[in-house]
Amino acid sequence: MVIETRPEAEARVWAELAEIPDPEIPAISVVDLGVIGGVAFEDGRLRVQLLPTFVGCPAIDVMRQEITERLDALELADSVIVDVTFDPPWTSDRISERGRERLRRSGFAPPAPLPPGPVGLIGIEDLATLPVAECPYCGSSDTRLDNPFGPTLCRAIYHCSACRQPFEQFKRV
Amino acid sequence: MTTESVAPALDPGARDALAELVLSLADDEFIIGFWDSEWTGIAPMLEEDVATSSIAQDEIGHAKALYELLAELTDDDADRIAFGRSIADYRHAALLNHARGDWAFSAARRYLYETADAVRLTAVAASAHPGLAALAGKMRREETYHLLHADAWLRRLADGAEDGRRRFAESLRQLWPDAQQVFAPLGAGEGLDREGWLPKPMPELHAAWLERVRPVLEPITGELPAASPDAGGRTRRTDDFAWLHGEFTRVSGSEEGALW
Repeated sequence: MVIETRPEAEARVWAELAEIPDPEIPAISVVDLGVIGGVAFEDGRLRVQLLPTFVGCPAIDVMRQEITERLDALELADSVIVDVTFDPPWTSDRISERGRERLRRSGFAPPAPLPPGPVGLIGIEDLATLPVAECPYCGSSDTRLDNPFGPTLCRAIYHCSACRQPFEQFKRV
Repeated sequence: MTTESVAPALDPGARDALAELVLSLADDEFIIGFWDSEWTGIAPMLEEDVATSSIAQDEIGHAKALYELLAELTDDDADRIAFGRSIADYRHAALLNHARGDWAFSAARRYLYETADAVRLTAVAASAHPGLAALAGKMRREETYHLLHADAWLRRLADGAEDGRRRFAESLRQLWPDAQQVFAPLGAGEGLDREGWLPKPMPELHAAWLERVRPVLEPITGELPAASPDAGGRTRRTDDFAWLHGEFTRVSGSEEGALW
């Protein structure tokens, strides 16, 4: 296996990936969502590591296809391979600052930071959705968790008592 | 999964032991996912419809990833393993042999399963097999939400009206012997231990689970009988499961190689 160092090509790959929206929350790109684990040129092939937000996320295949097509079109390598992996696991801390801002602007409360600890073995009690999330509309913390399960696997439903709006939070996981 | 990651060749004994463990995990998640998906559209309230459907989707997603890992190990096909086996070849715990029943029954089963699964997953997340350990670690983060949900329903039913409390307690008592079977000994028990696929032996996991759930359940159910996992705990099948098998293989059985 020959790993090639191609900083310019890699920068083009990252720039292209930054234009690919998350299929379920298009306001945020796959890069800002943190699902891209890394990119590398190996033996003439371009390999991209894709870290699913949830194991059963039905958008994985759509993402894989979109990434493959867009990167193929750059013609930087003989082929593009997207490796789906859980090592390292995606965690909600992987969402970038810009990603969190974009979530907020489209009506999603970003996930709260994770407590410190080894990623695979954080205590069950520490991981749960917080009873309170900051309302993305009015900024109030006077909110309550309505349902830890929402319209997709990664979203929980809250209600803001200050502006009386329901809103969703990207789950802390 | 396209991971061409490091897959050091395993000797057949070690591989078979790992495959048996992965199959038991996968079948548990697959079958509880299918039973719970039956509540979609008819759960007692909208929030529960969303929650139960979401949990079922998680479980079936976990099963898919586990079947893919198994397919890699045994040079098989994940869909073939999931949908192409006869009833006698499934290896889920006897707890998952029962039809969904009423809401209290499903809530009782979910509590028993989620607590047992949490104990088991914590062990599997430290498995000597890196792919399995990573997947279990990731699954565990999602299962946290299931555990919270199961716990919230336990408290709601136990502290609620008489009818719900009675149904819940009866369901727990009925399911108690079969719940032990999540920790049923696997044929490859020694191999699992030797290779470190399952870093803690089943009896130890079973004891940890009992210690955790007995004090929670007995105020609701009264004293629960002594019950142990047994060698047939993952091979006994029921008419309920035969019916479910007919349901979930209907599409794949209607046309060989169909994609959906």
